[in-house]
Amino acid sequence: MSKENPVIVVIDYGAGNIFNVMKAIKYVGLAAKLTKDPSEILAADGLVIPGVGAYKTAMDKINENQLLVPIKKAANNGTPILGVCLGMQLLFDSSTEFGETIGFGLIPGEVVRLPQNTGFKVPQMGWNQNSVTIENALTQGIKNEFTYFVHSYYVKTDPKYIAASVDYGVQVPSVVIKDNIIGAQFHPEKSGEVGLRVWQAFANMVSDKAVNV
Amino acid sequence: MALAKRIVPALDVKNGRVVKGINFLNLQDVGDPVDTAIAYQNSGADELVFLDISATLEGRTTMIEMIERVSSAVFIPLTAGGGVTDLASIRAIIQAGADKVFLNSAAVTNPDIIRQGAEAFGSQAIVGAIDSKWNDNLKKHQVYVSGGTKATNLETISWAKKMVQYGAGELLVTSMNTDGTQNGYDIALYQALTQAVNVPIIASGGAGKKSDFKTVFKSGHADAALAASVFHYGKIAISDLKESLYREGLVMRL
Repeated sequence: MSKENPVIVVIDYGAGNIFNVMKAIKYVGLAAKLTKDPSEILAADGLVIPGVGAYKTAMDKINENQLLVPIKKAANNGTPILGVCLGMQLLFDSSTEFGETIGFGLIPGEVVRLPQNTGFKVPQMGWNQNSVTIENALTQGIKNEFTYFVHSYYVKTDPKYIAASVDYGVQVPSVVIKDNIIGAQFHPEKSGEVGLRVWQAFANMVSDKAVNV
Repeated sequence: MALAKRIVPALDVKNGRVVKGINFLNLQDVGDPVDTAIAYQNSGADELVFLDISATLEGRTTMIEMIERVSSAVFIPLTAGGGVTDLASIRAIIQAGADKVFLNSAAVTNPDIIRQGAEAFGSQAIVGAIDSKWNDNLKKHQVYVSGGTKATNLETISWAKKMVQYGAGELLVTSMNTDGTQNGYDIALYQALTQAVNVPIIASGGAGKKSDFKTVFKSGHADAALAASVFHYGKIAISDLKESLYREGLVMRL
């Protein structure tokens, strides 16, 4: 079965930057559909977990709408998944934001607050320069490039999942990859031409997958 | 590695159109906000600020439609404001695609609007905007409202601290002493502000030449520098400016 018009499903859980994410997907040429319907999540060619907001509020919404099971099923089926900012952090086991909150558990690791004692302002808000450690279609476009970050928490995970990072007093993973699961700590929909390359690479992954099923 | 210093062009918007002659862009229709925003994005602007100067509700509605169109075509951070007084307006502007909303006069009247906005959308989405003027008799920086026409009893530095306490994640501070002079930013003001608060500061008012930007970053410790005329009239090209600041040793996104 192949599809000519793959659809990227954007998970609707009340996150702040949904509209800009939808606009970026459309800009790189794919259809974007906002949903909290589990059957649409399972049928998606690609999934995007957007994210501006708080970890616990996001997980509460996901659980309330019973979205975790379909997201995990889609992940196990090999559906390309891109988590953005908070959406990337949700992919991991847990976060210390407002006590301990359990996440999706799709990539091993935990989300902790950026240290306050480094002389760097928290949140990190602005453009920081990426060092790419795993080169692939998705990270080649951001090599040594600046992307736009807005966050107070960051991911601690096994270096084998860290494809790119930025220096902010501590090493902050900016792109994580585990098989078909991808996370971007920065906002590719707000990182100019460089960010659009990330959306284009993800759209290509989704299109290739849809054609080769 | 520190974050890159940001160069921020400011655009005045009236009834959904960019106003103030913008003559470097060589566009067919200089008032089109989408074309203008794309041109600035391509020249290396790190962020765009839209100041709504419409005085009517219809003007506000068209500005929100404008942000919707701009954010469908331009993929850098967008900040908008001007006359924003309530949470519903903040929500409408953010849902249209702005990343941040700035609050000025309304916050002086009702500081709780900052808290409400930060609670609903996060501190990173709420920018405290201050128009400030040095009062030589009182020997202090004084906050002005209503487009700089009305003095208040507030002292700038303590008001800045208060805005941050209420939840502003960034401050956009215009010096009325230097605004429009093209004689350089108000360095003393930004030195005082960056000492007093721990959120990013956008400096505004007085940019006339490239070295003014260098000074406000290096001596004023500003995180971002906003300017209008020097960019609009083509006196300084953003790409050249960023190149030269990079050569001066500043972290810039090139």
